[in-house]
Amino acid sequence: MSVEATVAPPLANPAEAGGGGSDLRLESVTKRFGSFTAVDDLTLTIPAGSFFALLGPSGCGKTTTLRMVAGLEEPSTGDVYLGDQRITSLRPYKRPVNTVFQNYALFPHLSVADNIAFGLKRQGRKGVDSEVTRMLELVELVGYAERRPAQLSGGQQQRVALARALVNSPQVLLLDEPLGALDLKLRRQMQIELKGIQTEVGLTFVHVTHDQEEAMTMADTVAVMHGGVIEQMGAPTDLYDNPATTFVANFLGQSNLVEGEIRTADGDELTVAVQGTTIRVPAERARVRSGKVWVGVRPEKVVVHAEAADAEVTNSLPRGTVSDVSYSGVSTQYLVRMPWDQELTVFEQNTGARPLLRTGDQVDLRWRPQHTFVLDAAQDASAGVQDAKVGV
Amino acid sequence: MNAALVRTGRWITEHLILFVALMVLLYLFLPIFVVVLMSFDDTADLGYQFSGFTWANWTDPCAPFGLCSALTTSLQIGLLATIGATVLGTLMAFALVRHRFRGRGMANVGIFLPMASPEIVLGSSLLALFVSAGFSGQLGFATILVAHIMFTLSFVVVTVKARLVGLDGRLEQAAMDLYANEWQTFWRITFPLVFPGILGAALLAFSLSFDDYIVTSFTAGQTETFPLFVWGSARREIPPQINVIGTVMFLISVLLVVALELWRRRGQRPAA
Amino acid sequence: MTALTRAPRGNGAEHRTPSRGRRSWTGYLLLLPGALWLALFFAVPIGSLISTSLYDPSGTLETGYRMAFELGNYTDAIRTYATEIWRSLWYAGLATVFALLLGYPLAYAIAFKAGRWKNLLLVLVIAPFFTSFLIRTLSWKLILADNGVVVDTLNFLHLPIPNGRLLDTSVAVVTGLTYNFLPFMVLPLYASLEKIDHRLIEAAGDLYASPFQGFRKVTLPLSMPGVVAGTLLTFIPAAGDFINKELLGSPQQTMIGNRIQGLFESGSYPAAAALSVTLMVLIVVMVIAYIRRAGTEDLL
Repeated sequence: MSVEATVAPPLANPAEAGGGGSDLRLESVTKRFGSFTAVDDLTLTIPAGSFFALLGPSGCGKTTTLRMVAGLEEPSTGDVYLGDQRITSLRPYKRPVNTVFQNYALFPHLSVADNIAFGLKRQGRKGVDSEVTRMLELVELVGYAERRPAQLSGGQQQRVALARALVNSPQVLLLDEPLGALDLKLRRQMQIELKGIQTEVGLTFVHVTHDQEEAMTMADTVAVMHGGVIEQMGAPTDLYDNPATTFVANFLGQSNLVEGEIRTADGDELTVAVQGTTIRVPAERARVRSGKVWVGVRPEKVVVHAEAADAEVTNSLPRGTVSDVSYSGVSTQYLVRMPWDQELTVFEQNTGARPLLRTGDQVDLRWRPQHTFVLDAAQDASAGVQDAKVGV
Repeated sequence: MNAALVRTGRWITEHLILFVALMVLLYLFLPIFVVVLMSFDDTADLGYQFSGFTWANWTDPCAPFGLCSALTTSLQIGLLATIGATVLGTLMAFALVRHRFRGRGMANVGIFLPMASPEIVLGSSLLALFVSAGFSGQLGFATILVAHIMFTLSFVVVTVKARLVGLDGRLEQAAMDLYANEWQTFWRITFPLVFPGILGAALLAFSLSFDDYIVTSFTAGQTETFPLFVWGSARREIPPQINVIGTVMFLISVLLVVALELWRRRGQRPAA
Repeated sequence: MTALTRAPRGNGAEHRTPSRGRRSWTGYLLLLPGALWLALFFAVPIGSLISTSLYDPSGTLETGYRMAFELGNYTDAIRTYATEIWRSLWYAGLATVFALLLGYPLAYAIAFKAGRWKNLLLVLVIAPFFTSFLIRTLSWKLILADNGVVVDTLNFLHLPIPNGRLLDTSVAVVTGLTYNFLPFMVLPLYASLEKIDHRLIEAAGDLYASPFQGFRKVTLPLSMPGVVAGTLLTFIPAAGDFINKELLGSPQQTMIGNRIQGLFESGSYPAAAALSVTLMVLIVVMVIAYIRRAGTEDLL
């Protein structure tokens, strides 16, 4: 099943490419189409062997970035490097980079085996047949070698597209919304398979997607792109727990953002005045140190209480009224209308410890200071909300 | 009660359309039945009447003087015109779909114009040109060929263009991504995928050329093609053998279309 | 149902732009041979036709022609052949209307009712046209003959036939024209009907439209591109045709095509050219007016 050890990498300079591969670097890359800037001064390093996800709504520049790495677009300014080699203007067929295209782009007139063998044959490599067989085993399509793509199901086509790219053992494998055409169940299954294959072959995967859940479950590193720039980059947990912008806070999961103003900023804790109460935040979780801010907390971090709060241990917001209850089996989502007429969201696991609240119940909202984050009030509190809905 | 009425009404409208469609198909096929029938007619006459049954036309279709030489001329011209128009037209289609350049819109209009002109205008203008160029004595095979390439060219361009536009550009990008250079990408991906369109265009060009009377009549001089032969005989007496040719042409083309369709479907069946 | 199960087309409009590195001169280079051919044997001849139409009409093939900018050729042609001009447009218009009336149900049935027989039916529509145009037209001579099937049937049903016969009448000529150009109507109609998402028609039904209203408000407007293309492809060749009159009609049905052909045959090139140009101009004007109307005004 192991692939990486035996297949020679298809680089112009194979010696350099041996071993673990090279980092992919983008340096100040900008791509303009007419007056529209798709990618704006992007600098990025993707370490060899990592599973990297570019996450963003459609039109954010993620696919353009991918195409520049593949060589299907040329940057307007800036450079792309693979290791020490500058590949900015290298034709696509001269790069040790392969792509799993959105909707797969399988050659309809060629059999599955010929599709997979295509890249190897163009490079004049030996042992094509055994490589193809090995790939068919890897993606579990052994009996399908002579079928045409049109005779396969969506999931099977997806696996052929993956095999067709992987067989070349590129230094970087690009995946452009590879699971977008599959239904939810198949998508979850393929996410696990894809992650497994990446671990097995140890190649650098760059995965473009608009599905935040997909990005978080699969990638080691996620970069959230918006308007041609990367808003935030990091491990999925860092991004989720400590979003840097309102866009990330809303696009990656949901957030409650409440207006506030910083009172004190001494030591390792900040205090923020919010609607007459004081909210505490660890200093490293605040993106600004003074002035007006958004105080944020994830809905599942909030606990609803029917009795008065102990403000010393937790952050709490004064009495709100439950305005909506949606029960979904595993959990319940409450909308709570606050006295200043803002609706906040709370997720609660249905542990059965307490009966469900009902519309009209008076509640306090509480959460721990270490779950609070503070963002610049200059940002739009609703940035990314619509995009996230479209994305899911 | 009312629902039943609506249902009956819908049944009638739905089946009425099918019925009308079948009648129209019958209208389209009526002359074919006549052609097949007349291929067994035993007398040549002006009135195109069925006089009696014979196999003779089928055993010796070349009996009428000049029929088979006219047929040969038509086949030669058809073949050469098809090659010429298919090559020129395919190049043009690629230029128009795959390249952006100044004057592309105008080129599209220019290619459409010959199709939008009545054949009599095409024919008469060519004759006017040949006459003013002092060429009127040399009308014949070459001038027919030139004219046929001209008026079939636009049809080839349109047919190949349609196929090219439908071709997903990402397939070529995928090929390049998989180490195929421009040349390999063209011959291994683009050409095989566009080929059915080119073949269809070639068939269309051949049938247009082979069947043409109007343009040919202006550019033929003393050369006689099959349609010119039929026209000439329609003014004297119509040899029944032309119906043998008509029937054979019909059969060959239907077989060809069916074969092409089967070939196209090969490997495109959905997963069992 | 076929509309629902049709495979999704690639949504890669933005991917069709040519990749970099192909400079524009490649386009010109590919276009050049064909464009030259069309210039030499389409554009130049049209120019030559126009200049011939202005020659001194007293010239002959033997004595040669002299450019005289003789606009009188046009006034003569139009005055002399006004009847034929109008008759051509009238016959072509009739044939177009009949072809639309016959072609629409056929195209509709193939697009929406044929199911898996769709491709076979399409082949059947074009199949008759693989037989020679002339031979097919000749066979109408037998069908419409005085003792033929149609006349006998009409007589049997006691339906009146003006002048007692069909052959050598305008009925025969228009029948032939309709027949000959019907596929040019059916194919574009089918192409535009086939593109219509069947769910739109169902949605119309869901929104309280009767089947007829659904057709009138949804199907028909959406198929207008096919109607426009089909009528043009039928009308244009029909207006210039002279074969149908020659084989099925009598001198009373003489069309402009017959006159042009006759004048060329008799060597009256300037008059023939003037008539030819007149026909072309008439068609161009009518086509532009028609496209303008069908294109800009609300369709129905």
